[in-house]
Amino acid sequence: MTTNMTTLAPSASEKFTQRALPFILFALLLIVIPFIGVSRGTLTLFNHIGINIVFALSYNMLLGRAGLLSFGHAVYLGLGGYFCVHILNWIADADGSGFWGNVPVFSLPIFGFAMGALAGAIIGWPSCRRAGTAFAMISLGVAELMSTAAFMFDSLFGGEMGISGDRMSGPKFFGLSMGPIEQVYYFIAFWTLVGTVAMYAFTRTPLGRLSEATRDNAERVQFIGYDPTRVRYLVFIFAGAFAGMAGGMSAVQDEIFTPDSLSLIPSGAILIATYIGGIRFFAGPIFGAILMTYMGSNLSDYTAGWLLYLGLMFISVVLFVPDGIAGLVFGFWRGIRSPGRYALIGKWITQILGLALVATSVIVVVEVAYRWSDGYGDVFAPFGFDLPHNGALTWVIGTLPLLAGILILRRVKRTESEA
Amino acid sequence: MTEAALQLIDVHKSFGHAKIIQGLNLEVAKGERHAIIGPNGAGKSTCFNLISGRFRPTSGRILLNGKEVGGKPAFEVNRLGLSRSFQVSNIFANMTVRENVRCSLLYSQGHGYAFWRNVGSSRELQEKTAWVLERVGLIDKAHTPAALLSYADQRTLEIAMTIAGDADVILLDEPTAGMSHSETEYAVELIRKATEGKTLVIVEHDMGVVFGLADRISVLVYGEIIATGKPEEIRGDPKVRSAYLGDDAEALTLGGAA
Repeated sequence: MTTNMTTLAPSASEKFTQRALPFILFALLLIVIPFIGVSRGTLTLFNHIGINIVFALSYNMLLGRAGLLSFGHAVYLGLGGYFCVHILNWIADADGSGFWGNVPVFSLPIFGFAMGALAGAIIGWPSCRRAGTAFAMISLGVAELMSTAAFMFDSLFGGEMGISGDRMSGPKFFGLSMGPIEQVYYFIAFWTLVGTVAMYAFTRTPLGRLSEATRDNAERVQFIGYDPTRVRYLVFIFAGAFAGMAGGMSAVQDEIFTPDSLSLIPSGAILIATYIGGIRFFAGPIFGAILMTYMGSNLSDYTAGWLLYLGLMFISVVLFVPDGIAGLVFGFWRGIRSPGRYALIGKWITQILGLALVATSVIVVVEVAYRWSDGYGDVFAPFGFDLPHNGALTWVIGTLPLLAGILILRRVKRTESEA
Repeated sequence: MTEAALQLIDVHKSFGHAKIIQGLNLEVAKGERHAIIGPNGAGKSTCFNLISGRFRPTSGRILLNGKEVGGKPAFEVNRLGLSRSFQVSNIFANMTVRENVRCSLLYSQGHGYAFWRNVGSSRELQEKTAWVLERVGLIDKAHTPAALLSYADQRTLEIAMTIAGDADVILLDEPTAGMSHSETEYAVELIRKATEGKTLVIVEHDMGVVFGLADRISVLVYGEIIATGKPEEIRGDPKVRSAYLGDDAEALTLGGAA
């Protein structure tokens, strides 16, 4: 056989910089974070980010890689998480003897993984027979069913209060008691890295490739000898498993699970985070998880309207930036290394200016509107300017920058399409 | 005579009340290059869809190397050694040319649904991929996303994916449709080379291609085969000439002359 191996497969150095290096940098970053003097609150935020990174990546195994739109992915995180909270209690009850007495809390994500896989295998069996709209509708039904059922079975799901556990029980693992937040941080960091590497490796397996092939053209897959239903089903099990792993991480971090965790709300949130991050890139869901978790925990301190901003952002991404944050980041990286970088930088600055103008108006309108509607008589006063709902200045700032911003953005778009 | 590679016995296919295939009998010997021609709407594509498992026959038997395949799902028919191309390019548009071919090789290379190995670590898989790409002349475009290929290159990729899995019976559905004259010549040469030693069944409108390539020709009209024979027998057959009216009949003559 004649071979052109050299022209086809990437070289060892390309493989290193494209595949190994990002993970090494990621690992280093994870190790360094606690040393830069962050507060307990910030570490908790990082822990939630880690959980959501694994969750979002597992969701993208379905949405981005397999082309399956699920509205119920939180079911697998929830079931994995519940299982792990129960295990926390079994470990505590076993008090050092028997099987559970010897299970370190550090290993819980493995049990979450197994539970997620089992749930995926059972629920996926009927749901993966169809792709497209039917699959999406079934996932929606399953999510509703599971969260309703969770409220009915109190002994398993603990009713409205949920079930809680104690992560400090059981044998120590490498001297980790899992009590202090730093130790939990390293636990989360370890499993985030494991999950990320494993899910990246999955994209490079025959099954991972077939899942992309099935997304692109399920019919053709049949004519290269594969059953697309089987491909979807297997991918679904893995997506459930990694979501369950995130559930195990969450069980240790928060030590509680409630039936709400199985509902449509967290399922919708992870859909939005994944999409905003960018479903066509492996790293996209990571960006999305970081941004969404940060916004959820910090923006809510500043404004009651943060969900509205999130919604606007989601719609804008769907309409104008379908490749998400990852698309922007990689586009920027390509752009600044291209010969036309100065023209591009000019374009970007103009676009940022346009966006800033639009955002100014949107923020003023939203902030004024909800203060006016809640009836407490609060007045939105940024930088000391009073902006009451019936003030002329309010409506000038609420409209003129918006119009100016839209004009600027349209102009950039037009010159772009002419070029 | 040895066992036929492909045998259709009294195959019928109806969609509701519309009887598209009405008692199709066809036998293709091992290693034969067989063309199916016929006017538009005669049921040629339906015939391919029945053989390849895309449709289930209403009645009748379809034998691939003596094994019943009628009504089996397409992926099982494929695993039994039959591969087909499509009239409209049917590729994995968001993947590169190399990935398209590599995916088409996975099953025949014994990778199944594996999730425990890396596609990059199988040397055989890489070599076979490169070999297929070189054979069809797409090696220089290996890293191009399939959606960005020119039309003719997409058709070539379609053929590459069809032959990649080493099936011994190859069905090609209008492989040169929409190609220019020089592209057609190139495609015919490619088909001849790539299907050497294999059984080929081809549906084609270009009579030049048909008469140049086929060992035997079957003429399908209104869901029935009205004639089967060597190219010169078909050319002279009055039934065939009357089935083809006007321009088509002329094409038959021109094709015969070419």
